[in-house]
Amino acid sequence: MTPDQPAESLLGGYRGLDLTDEKGLLCGRILAGLGAEVIKVERPGGDTARRIGPFYQDIPHPERSLFWFAHNLNRKGITLDIETKDGQELLRRLSSRVDFVLESFSPGYLEELGLGYSRLSEVNPRLVVTSITPFGLSGPYRDHKASDITLMAMGGYMYMTGDPDRPPLRISVEQAYLHAASEAAVATIIALYCRSTSGEGQHIDVSAQASLVSSTVNAIPFWEMNRVILGRAGPYRVGLSAAKQRQLWESSDGYVIFYFAGGAFGAKSNAALAGWLDEEGLADDFVIATDWGNFDMAAATEEVEGHLEKLVALLFRRHTSAELYEQAVKRGLTLCPVSSPAEVLKNPQLKARDYWVKVRHDELGQDFDYPGPFFRCSAPDQYRRAPLIGEHNREIYEGDLGLSDAQLVSLKQAGVI
Amino acid sequence: MGQGPFAGVNVLDFTWGLAGPLSTKYLADYGATVIRVESLARPCGTRVSPPFKDRVPGVDRAGYFVFFNANKYSLSLNLNHPRAKEVLNRLVAWADMVAESYSPGTMERWGLDYESLRKVRPDIIMLRSSSQGQDGPHASFSAFGIPLVGLAGFSYFTGWPDGSCLPLPSAYSDLISPRFAAAALVAALDYRRRTGMGQYIDCSQLETSLHFLAPAMLDYTFNGRQTGRQGNSCAYACPHGVFRCQGEDRWCAVAVFSDEEWQAFCGLCQPGWSRDPRFSTLRERKKNEAELNKLIEEWTMNYSPEEVMSQMQARGVAAGIVQNARDLRHDPQLQERAYFWEMNHPVLGSFPHLGQASILSQTPASPVMPAPCLGQHTEHVCTQILGMSDDEFLGLYQAGVFD
Repeated sequence: MTPDQPAESLLGGYRGLDLTDEKGLLCGRILAGLGAEVIKVERPGGDTARRIGPFYQDIPHPERSLFWFAHNLNRKGITLDIETKDGQELLRRLSSRVDFVLESFSPGYLEELGLGYSRLSEVNPRLVVTSITPFGLSGPYRDHKASDITLMAMGGYMYMTGDPDRPPLRISVEQAYLHAASEAAVATIIALYCRSTSGEGQHIDVSAQASLVSSTVNAIPFWEMNRVILGRAGPYRVGLSAAKQRQLWESSDGYVIFYFAGGAFGAKSNAALAGWLDEEGLADDFVIATDWGNFDMAAATEEVEGHLEKLVALLFRRHTSAELYEQAVKRGLTLCPVSSPAEVLKNPQLKARDYWVKVRHDELGQDFDYPGPFFRCSAPDQYRRAPLIGEHNREIYEGDLGLSDAQLVSLKQAGVI
Repeated sequence: MGQGPFAGVNVLDFTWGLAGPLSTKYLADYGATVIRVESLARPCGTRVSPPFKDRVPGVDRAGYFVFFNANKYSLSLNLNHPRAKEVLNRLVAWADMVAESYSPGTMERWGLDYESLRKVRPDIIMLRSSSQGQDGPHASFSAFGIPLVGLAGFSYFTGWPDGSCLPLPSAYSDLISPRFAAAALVAALDYRRRTGMGQYIDCSQLETSLHFLAPAMLDYTFNGRQTGRQGNSCAYACPHGVFRCQGEDRWCAVAVFSDEEWQAFCGLCQPGWSRDPRFSTLRERKKNEAELNKLIEEWTMNYSPEEVMSQMQARGVAAGIVQNARDLRHDPQLQERAYFWEMNHPVLGSFPHLGQASILSQTPASPVMPAPCLGQHTEHVCTQILGMSDDEFLGLYQAGVFD
């Protein structure tokens, strides 16, 4: 890193309101992580996302949701009921003082409340409004109800995941809206950058479904060119080589992911593997005779693939996952252990890079480890726990909008904040 | 190029594979001039992976590469050639940003590390995208995305409780990290606009991907618990899963969260279920989930997934077809968003290129050029962009610098 760069954040100075629920939380988290001041706007009593588990000590309390904690670091938090006239007025006033507004309501909802992009941009022409929805703000599926599993299905990911003789699978940690929210973060920063020349904000329409399609990697080209539909292959994978390739292998105490990479990159790994098979007395004539440095596994037949599979399976079952990974790093094999969260926490690479950060939770009486930097650059890192409900009401309503204590109390009693 | 928020931004692109090129794709799609530096001797992984046109391999016949690489120029360069420096120096002087995804140490060998770049352009922005970061004991270990999803924990959370964990169908972490890398790149551009300072960005795919598992990581750091694979079930919704429909390998995902949705669901499939004590509350349904799923599938088997989805949606129940590649290509919602950009590729002919998931109202991303053939723009870049004379270009060409 260069010591002569000023320690400022990349988005330092930008301010935004975040009205999203679980469909968009990661967007504000990323922008806050880059140094923007992001103010989470929740309905009085707390956002619905606070009801999503897991919970600290399994107590389903709005200030103990680990889902909420994970995605709301580094924000401020205020409460506001935008369905009241007073609330709408306050939101319009706040919008005139920020650079961006993030939202994930149903298409048309904010317009009905007089808080749509056209209304807000009248007050603040430089405002960027980012709308995150399951399918987009227009189109035949615009009003479709959605959830993580239906989006993982509609985006194409699930069809390819799982065993051929069992139903398609999602990942047991919700993913779909994280793809949408991270796309939204990039788009929001692009719009902010654009504004520096154009002087104007704009409205961004992010589709969760669309953000998932890239996870099908080369499935669409396979359909387009060869009229082949890549499907589920269980512990194998299809679509990267002539023959299907095993990816999931048993070790003596768990599983590893390993594949015979093709081309020049794979040659090195495959040659190293052949050498290891030889050292352990598992190399047969075929393994010894093959010029692995020049052998393209991507073109290998099912016969060759199956032949090697038997030998490699024997090798892997002799060692623990940890031993296999140690050898993989040493020899340069395309292999990683299937790791549980406990094992990820012990990963020496992450520890060496100080990836895990301690975040103080005064209300819970201790610090906890969180995943840390999204990437490394010159900007300083800081990590503040997710806001409590209405934690910054005073700071924002009095400090920003000049409301008095008394006004705050009356708004609170009226349920506006 | 020349239109869009990044008009006039010059990106020197040494990325290859999936994660790196997807990071610079945001710049290319919004108007930056992105020049990929490629090598005939070691072509990008997606250029040598299937599917190929007419099933005949070739670096310009690969649909995988074309799908993901719209709007970029390609210059071929033998980086190990003694005279490569003559081209590289001009490229670096031209560049506002340099992006790369080689294993740590590689750019250093070519004299293209951050400190060397800064000597030419003090405010250069550099992105270094890698599997596990630029330093640390495993920095030079490039496992690539496919095994990396095991290391990060995604496989641990995929599978049926009565089966084993499973690999993911793709290099999933390759699709996650580009958003973070691009956010850093664009923020760095804005930062430079405001301060005149460049930036060095070290993006580790492992580190970014873990944020997609953050609540599960906190379940461990706060509660000491690891819940593992749950199939398709959800603790607070039932029915919640994927049901077989009419046709070959056709399925529909359905998720019922509230009592109203359950009433609507029963109204469509079997009104008797809503009165059945086995299924009347969420708790009861979870207890009898396997039985209920069987009954539901007896209903869905009679309909196409399209029919199941539209009937469910008409009653306010979340349902979605488990779409395959053919479904995606014909998806009316994706078409409405012009998500696939059909452009004429020199070898593949008219071919869909991946667009953008976000639509910006004033400055949407646009398809300007199809994905390039390898080295397609070498002469154009050298003579028209870098300003080399024809003679100079010819001399370098004949010396084999571009082979």
